[in-house]
Amino acid sequence: MSHAEAHDHHHGPEPGFMRWLKTTNHKDLGALYLMFSLAMFIVGGLMSLVIRAELFTPGMQFVDPQFFNSMTTMHALFMIFGGVMPAFTGLSNYLIPIQLGAPDMALPRINNMGFWILPIAFGMLLSTLFMDGGAPAGGWTLYPPLSMQTGDAMPFLVFSIHLMGISSITGAINVIVTILNLRAPGMDLMKMPLFCWTWLITAFLLIAVMPVLAGAVTMLLTDKYFGTTFFAAAGGGDPVMFQHIFWFFGHPEVYIMILPAFGVVSQIIPTFARKTLFGYSSMVYATAAIAFLSFIVWAHHMFTVGMPVAAELFFMFATMLISVPTGVKVFNWVATMWRGSMTFETPMLFSLGFVILFTIGGFSGLMLAMTPVDFQYHDSYFVVAHFHYVLVPGAVFSLFAAVYYWLPKWTGTMYNEKLGKLHFWLSTIFINVLFFPQHFLGLAGMPRRIPDYSLQFAEFNFMSSVGAFAFFITQFIFLYNLITTCRGKWEKATDQVWEGAKGVEWEMLPSPLPYHTFEQQPDLSDYEPHPTH
Amino acid sequence: MSSAFMSRAGALMSKLAIAASLGMVSQAATAEYALNMPVGVTEISREVYDLHMLVFYVCCVIGAVVFGAMIYSIIAHRKSKGAKAANFHHSTVVEIVWTAIPFVILMALALPAAKTLVKMENTRGAEMSIKVTGYQWKWQYEYIDEDVSFYSTLSQDSNFARQKNSGVDLESVDNYLLDVDNPLVVPTDTKIRLLLTAADVIHAWWVPDFAVKKDAIPGYINETWMQIDEPGTYRGQCAELCGRDHGFMPVVVIAKTPEEYQAWLAAQKGAESALNGAAIATEQNVALAQ
Repeated sequence: MSHAEAHDHHHGPEPGFMRWLKTTNHKDLGALYLMFSLAMFIVGGLMSLVIRAELFTPGMQFVDPQFFNSMTTMHALFMIFGGVMPAFTGLSNYLIPIQLGAPDMALPRINNMGFWILPIAFGMLLSTLFMDGGAPAGGWTLYPPLSMQTGDAMPFLVFSIHLMGISSITGAINVIVTILNLRAPGMDLMKMPLFCWTWLITAFLLIAVMPVLAGAVTMLLTDKYFGTTFFAAAGGGDPVMFQHIFWFFGHPEVYIMILPAFGVVSQIIPTFARKTLFGYSSMVYATAAIAFLSFIVWAHHMFTVGMPVAAELFFMFATMLISVPTGVKVFNWVATMWRGSMTFETPMLFSLGFVILFTIGGFSGLMLAMTPVDFQYHDSYFVVAHFHYVLVPGAVFSLFAAVYYWLPKWTGTMYNEKLGKLHFWLSTIFINVLFFPQHFLGLAGMPRRIPDYSLQFAEFNFMSSVGAFAFFITQFIFLYNLITTCRGKWEKATDQVWEGAKGVEWEMLPSPLPYHTFEQQPDLSDYEPHPTH
Repeated sequence: MSSAFMSRAGALMSKLAIAASLGMVSQAATAEYALNMPVGVTEISREVYDLHMLVFYVCCVIGAVVFGAMIYSIIAHRKSKGAKAANFHHSTVVEIVWTAIPFVILMALALPAAKTLVKMENTRGAEMSIKVTGYQWKWQYEYIDEDVSFYSTLSQDSNFARQKNSGVDLESVDNYLLDVDNPLVVPTDTKIRLLLTAADVIHAWWVPDFAVKKDAIPGYINETWMQIDEPGTYRGQCAELCGRDHGFMPVVVIAKTPEEYQAWLAAQKGAESALNGAAIATEQNVALAQ
């Protein structure tokens, strides 16, 4: 094959760093997003270790209370906007074009821009640690008037949130345009893998709410520097209004972080149960129902601000209603396993861990929905336990599951199964040691976001900290497995990789995937991924 | 460090053993830590506790059914045991049933919750009112129409012990971080209305034993109420992040019988007027000097 021919048919990547800077290839960008999110998980994880180190025993040992508050604030911002969200965007980049028979994402240059905004945004946010007045310390919820006390970090914080929002919106637009326009012939919407469906709905949520957050933080900025009083009571503004605006973004944001996880798990469980997903269309409708409800429940985050009883009742009922479609999903997963022929490779283990531990987070969510009882749980460690259960053994476990599941397809090398299983079991044990005792702490009356506590909380905080350090160390097993697999240290993967795997990427494409997946558009008219009736 | 680690681990082990032997959910009165929400000392707090246990048990039952089915399936339907996959993939009847049943369960939870909520928000018929103002980082209590008002800050002992590497043995401090110089004193068996606001940032006044948590917001006056059944000392904390010393502005409430409370109030008024007199005298001196 001559060089010219190779150039025509296989326009391979540019060598060196410029490949990554200039790439418009969805696989390169997917990999970049995933690597970036891994780096942010490590940074955010280190911040959480500062928190858990200070809370290890009662008394102040290591940090100033103000720095402690910076750590809780920055930990949340890094994990949410830097860890979970880019990780799912990375998966969407990598998988959606492949699963739909599309040549690439619809808007490849925007895709490149969307990614490269992120390191700038988080570099800027990280640099606030070294500024006068320290990093933001008013909590990731940025409630005024407290957030008005932020020092020089304030404009950098606001600008970095703007950038993260722009990045998310570019990703979301790309997903929508790709799914609606670039599906191969025959790939009907109701034939799409659930990961594509959940991401399509997530993308609409992103477009709806990221501008709301941008508006809220812009008003904070003008309140601080340009003399407006949107949220300052002394000037006729309303501090509670900020909370309403923030949570109108914040609650859909919760589902932005969990709906793609539902998609991942809905694809992995059928593979390892060797059985079609139970209730495909009800899964799609349930996802849409959850997304709709996510817009009308925001005030359950702020039951204690003093709302009219009618409003409290409405938000209680609407919130409880979310457990219906969420329940449908869990039941469908269990029904998929029922009378299957199951094996328990690492992706399946993480998916099963997801179903059980996410459901536990869902139970505490139902408890929190009950307004009169929420007055007790609100802003206590019970809430901390709740959202960490849905985010860590929820969203993050689904990310582990996804990486183990698709990594052999991406790299052509099978990861080390023994290490994968070890990673799962240690993670599952330590995540529970870390977060389960926090339920007890909250019920016993320990508020969240405090750097020191009275002595009756000592035992469970000690236990929680031990779990945190052990969980963090466990992740080095994953890191080792990941790096060695990318370097091809282990066995070659087959094209189908998993015996029960169904879908375009498993049945029609080689492992590793070529740099450009489809040179010619595939015809999927006869392709039946799951029975339609 | 390592010896502290070992002793803490030992304490944890022995206490978990005690908790296990007493039953996980019961109030382990012998242990100094708690596993569950306090039942509290007001009618509302007892109702809230009952709701909490109700929804907890409902979750346990649902969990047992769902996880039970899942675990059974994991054990019985595994390939290594020769299980062959069935090929059913949906059932409209089953799907309607498991949408409808949760709906009914939710109604059964929501109705009693709504009833309690309406009661909690009904501040009418209060026999006395106290204005609570949050500051960074203390509370001010003003007894409305009584001319009694004071600030309540973290006790000196706790404040000294909580400084970084203070070297103080925390066990020797009375109610470390949950003690104040001037506690709020209130009568039992009286419907007390609290009016909450804040002077700088948002705070939240929380006493678990009363099931009362309400935000104190600048520019707002929030209302809540409590009627305490038993005399005693009840402790809580600020629940809304309010800056550097958010963790160090506890709430302490002493509930006295109405008679003892009246006596306390009278004594306060005496002290207050003496203090006020001194303040007025000082102001006059300042005015004269000018």
